[in-house]
Amino acid sequence: MSPAIPLLLALGLGLAGWLVARARAWTFKRAAPHGRLAALPKYHAWYAALWIAVPLLLFFLVWDYASGQLIMAHVLASPEAAALPKFGLRRATIINEAWGIANGTTARALNEESVALAEPFRQAISRYQLIGIGIGLLIAGAGAAWAFLRLKPDFAARTKVERLVLAALLIASLVAILTTLGIFVTLVFETFRFFGMISPIDFLFGTQWNPDPMGNPNNPDPSRYGAIPLFWGTIFIGAIIAMIVAIPLGMMSAIYLTQYAKPGLRKWVKPALEVLAGVPTVVYGYFAALTVAPFIRDIALALGASNPSSESALAAGLVMGVMIIPFVSSMADDSIAAVPQAMRDGSLAMGATANETIRRVLVPAALPGIVGGVMLAVSRAIGETMIVVMAASTAASLSANPLDSMTTVTVQIVALLTGEGSFDHPATLAAFALGFVLFLVTLALNFVALRVVKRFREAYE
Amino acid sequence: MVMTEETAANPSFAEQAIEHNANAPGLDESVEPSDIKMRARDVSIYYGAKKAIDEVSVDVFTEHVTAFIGPSGCGKSTFLRALNRMNDTIPSARVEGTIELDGEDIYASGMDVVQLRARVGMVFQKPNPFPKSIYENIAYGPRIHGLAEGKGELDAIVEKSLRRAGLWDEVKDRLTDSGTALSGGQQQRLCIARAIAVDPEVILMDEPCSALDPIATAKIEELIDDLRGRYAIVIVTHSMQQAARVSQRTAFFHLGHLVEYGHTSDIFTNPREQRTQDYITGRYG
Repeated sequence: MSPAIPLLLALGLGLAGWLVARARAWTFKRAAPHGRLAALPKYHAWYAALWIAVPLLLFFLVWDYASGQLIMAHVLASPEAAALPKFGLRRATIINEAWGIANGTTARALNEESVALAEPFRQAISRYQLIGIGIGLLIAGAGAAWAFLRLKPDFAARTKVERLVLAALLIASLVAILTTLGIFVTLVFETFRFFGMISPIDFLFGTQWNPDPMGNPNNPDPSRYGAIPLFWGTIFIGAIIAMIVAIPLGMMSAIYLTQYAKPGLRKWVKPALEVLAGVPTVVYGYFAALTVAPFIRDIALALGASNPSSESALAAGLVMGVMIIPFVSSMADDSIAAVPQAMRDGSLAMGATANETIRRVLVPAALPGIVGGVMLAVSRAIGETMIVVMAASTAASLSANPLDSMTTVTVQIVALLTGEGSFDHPATLAAFALGFVLFLVTLALNFVALRVVKRFREAYE
Repeated sequence: MVMTEETAANPSFAEQAIEHNANAPGLDESVEPSDIKMRARDVSIYYGAKKAIDEVSVDVFTEHVTAFIGPSGCGKSTFLRALNRMNDTIPSARVEGTIELDGEDIYASGMDVVQLRARVGMVFQKPNPFPKSIYENIAYGPRIHGLAEGKGELDAIVEKSLRRAGLWDEVKDRLTDSGTALSGGQQQRLCIARAIAVDPEVILMDEPCSALDPIATAKIEELIDDLRGRYAIVIVTHSMQQAARVSQRTAFFHLGHLVEYGHTSDIFTNPREQRTQDYITGRYG
């Protein structure tokens, strides 16, 4: 059923209920002794409209799923379905095609069987559509009856509407939480499937990463699933090289902006810096791959390195560091600005220079906030994918040479999930195990960082 | 002696002060001109276009406590902060006139502000110890100015400063504790010790007791009295009683003008100006 039908139905019936309820409230109002009601007529109107539209929409959400099952059952019970192949891809293709023809999304059939099957689909769809609309109308009627029975001069429609709005807000906020929970459950589930095939010890402590998506899924070689090179690559690029770039530059720009920049300049530079955070990471990625990586290779050649890789951890790390600067600088900026002016005055009044004051009083006082910012930046950096995909290759290597090509956890997740392996192959499931580890690490980092920042805030309030 | 903006430009002001001092029995020993530590002449201070201080002339004497009193917003703190150029941190602030420290113009272009502030220390209204240990709070100034060679000398400076601030006995066993963990009164004495540690010649105090309870206030006042023998002290205060208790000289500010300046006993018992009389008797302010 097209989504327009329930939406129009809900809108139309809701509007009707709204108008009728308001008219009714006005008659109450005229009859009331002082022309006053417990709530304005528009609240009566909204109360009725919501009681009509919301249950209707909820019903159609459920019905959309349920009717699909019912239609399928109906069609499979029809005589035409007997001619279908019993199992396999062809059966599924024919069924999908027939359904497409029946609801008009597929113009031309590739399989003749599907044309025959389209007719039962057509019947089933129209039948269940009618049933759905009928039940929907009943539910809307029930909602309307419920609402209109309660409309009285002293009915507190205002607080009732308030409560409905509250419920809507609560549901909206639950969506994000439930999604996170769902992601977590999926990850855990798939990770345990993976650990059923490869032991967690081999995975977490092995030093060879070379999954074979084409190998026998029932007898995988655990020695090919050692994730240490990936963890190392992630830490080396995201937490070492990127931070060597981002921490000093971010700190210095924060110090300049809070302590030295004139307000007029700060007004321009700070937003300009924050624009960096809004650049899509893909854009950074091709900057890293096309500009920075060849440049680094040329320098390595000039310095006498033999056959340097065109994809290097250094290129990815440098560009990632630049990307992270706004995270570090804006947290450092906030924390330094939050150190009371009295500290600064106290130090200056002792005869300290501005520089001494910053180094010995402001930065130490702001340190917890700065550390929190850096940790958030690290968790952002190790979760970053695009730059590394484009600039640091997909070959795992356990090396401390920044000019080597390296790979990270996120890059491998992409490689494994977009590879040709089937979804129950350990090489594909390994992606979930990697994602799970990454999820835990970034969660822990964020958690600790937020605690640190919070403690810091409390210290100065 | 009447000290208003009309007579502020009078160069013989210092002599008048001495003469007056000599004629006032029961006051401190007579002050020689060489005992003038800081000399402000025709000082006007602007915040942008707003004039906060209008042609004020005041002398600060060695081994004296000079109190600045006056209602809120009269400019006394602004003037105090001009004495060690703390107003430099406010971009819109501008100072006219001359302020001399030992005859040297502190607003001259060659003046090293860092050195000036080492010689003219400051204690603020709200205690502002650094979020460091008690020891490090005191050691901060000597370290940045290189006053101590080696740990032993630094330890000695820390102990001496804490002793002078009357805090040593209370904190000697917990020098590594955070300075912010002390009580309000102790924090303020820590800040005074911190200012003393760089061995200044003048100590400016901006309402040092306004955030403290009466007992802590009494301790600070006692301390100010002890310190008077070594430093020239300038204190801004809202409390007339405090000015009367701790100071030898008092300057009464009103709306950016210096209304009256003279011996504290004269200001409080025998003011020349009606406005001073009204203020100290609580008619306004």
